[in-house]
Amino acid sequence: MSARQGLVLSLPAVLFLALAFVYPFGYGLFLSVTPRTGGPLANYAAFFGDEFQRASIGNTFALALPAALLCVLLAVPLAYRMRHGLRGERVLTALLVVPVTLGPVFIADAMLFYFGPVGWFNRTLESLHLIDAPVRLLHTYGAVLLAIMLTAFPFAFLLMLGYVSGIDPALERAAHMLGAGRWQTFRRVLLPLMAPGIATAFALTFVLAFGVFPSAVLLGEPGGSTRVLSIAAFQAAYERFDFSAGSAIALVMGALQLALIGLVFALRARLYAGPARGGKG
Amino acid sequence: MSGTRPAGPLETALRVLFAVVLGVFFINLFAAMATVVVNSFAQTWFGGWWPSGFTTRWYGYADSQFAMVDVLRFTIVVTLAVAVLACLMGVPAAYVLARAQFRGKRVLLALYLLPMLMPPLTYGIPLASQLYRTQLAATLPGVILINLVPALPFVILVMTPFIEQLDPNVERAARTLGASPLQVFRRVLFPLLVPGILTAALLVVVRTMGMFELTFLVSGADTQTLVVALYTALFGAGIRPAQAVDALAVVYMLTTLTMLVVALRFVSPTQMVFRVRE
Repeated sequence: MSARQGLVLSLPAVLFLALAFVYPFGYGLFLSVTPRTGGPLANYAAFFGDEFQRASIGNTFALALPAALLCVLLAVPLAYRMRHGLRGERVLTALLVVPVTLGPVFIADAMLFYFGPVGWFNRTLESLHLIDAPVRLLHTYGAVLLAIMLTAFPFAFLLMLGYVSGIDPALERAAHMLGAGRWQTFRRVLLPLMAPGIATAFALTFVLAFGVFPSAVLLGEPGGSTRVLSIAAFQAAYERFDFSAGSAIALVMGALQLALIGLVFALRARLYAGPARGGKG
Repeated sequence: MSGTRPAGPLETALRVLFAVVLGVFFINLFAAMATVVVNSFAQTWFGGWWPSGFTTRWYGYADSQFAMVDVLRFTIVVTLAVAVLACLMGVPAAYVLARAQFRGKRVLLALYLLPMLMPPLTYGIPLASQLYRTQLAATLPGVILINLVPALPFVILVMTPFIEQLDPNVERAARTLGASPLQVFRRVLFPLLVPGILTAALLVVVRTMGMFELTFLVSGADTQTLVVALYTALFGAGIRPAQAVDALAVVYMLTTLTMLVVALRFVSPTQMVFRVRE
């Protein structure tokens, strides 16, 4: 392929992303430092200076970190169990894609009735005499965490499954043959091979949880413990019609997310990075 | 391979964990989904295990209140347009990434990857403000445009490994035999690309159906997708009967799951979640 051909073929995509991603991004930076009133950093000062606004950072991490950790902690042993395939694997994985596909808005709708005071969940627990009165599940931090997990867990699980099934079973057999027990094989052979996948799954699940918006509004306490960064940014831009302040908060959000992903991948780079296949070499 | 050793306590514990976690997960997920379906057909359902009676009138009501059919039509037009445009721009770009080595490739890769690593609001809010200014917000082109931002990189990232595994010698052979670049594309390359393009397009359709945040930023009264209409209906909870909102949710669910079933004929579920290449 000549340089000219390559350029022509890449041009539409590059131009589009320059126009619809890079430019808005730069424009957002510009907007954020040209507030309606005050100096260039007034938006940032207002955000970090206001305790209510600043709390949205902590609220977001308080949801995203446990969600990502729990999802990965559950996904790793389950994916390990399925490493050699399972009967009905295709049906199981297809069912797992369902909540991912339906997305947080639908999940919120379903949870609103199901976990409500007269919903099937409370009703079942009551008739089993596990509880005396309906438990308040909705409009709490826990409901949002649960909603995130419903879409993020299958996501993490399928990602881990992709990694685990890429590990050559011969390596495991070799470890057994050399006298390693199951736990040793997992700890010394499989886990190191899975580690880069774990880091990636954690980062991507974190991204999914960090952007939480509809479920935080519909199922949480959007004025309190689940007032996350995306709510703060959205309210500034669309309820106070201050796109400048909204852009500033959105950029704080982007910077924090990139920082955490950067950290995860920096740690990941220190992990084992070699072939996951046996054979010559 | 598991036959090499008797199942130890670790294996048993794992089996129990596996069954319990997935069991609890699926029972609650499907029960919650069933609640939505049952309620959409309920005359009234204030308490009790089951509604007092069944009716289909909420679907008609939802159509008159939420313009459901129009919203559905709009959703289909948007998702198809996004899929087609993302493939038109993304496939050639992926071809370059897969076949050519050049300086600045990392920069190009970063440009393609960044939109997927950024929270949508970081570029969505300023982009929406631009679209409002140019009167493109709340129009069909505006909704398509903002949805293309994550869709295009997605197509590139799906297509690049697909093209890498096609043998370049096939194209070379065609050229040696005297085919013009256009002929190589039409007769050789395109037929080979079709399965990959179909996969990418279907995945984009499924993702765009559920894409809430970006669409929400630019949609107006007549330019809502199903997921945005559902959110708006839920946000104004209490204004309209919950059964009508659930009727809308069922229509959204059926549309999305139909696309998912079609997509799963071509892709394995593990491919549905985006997998970063090593």
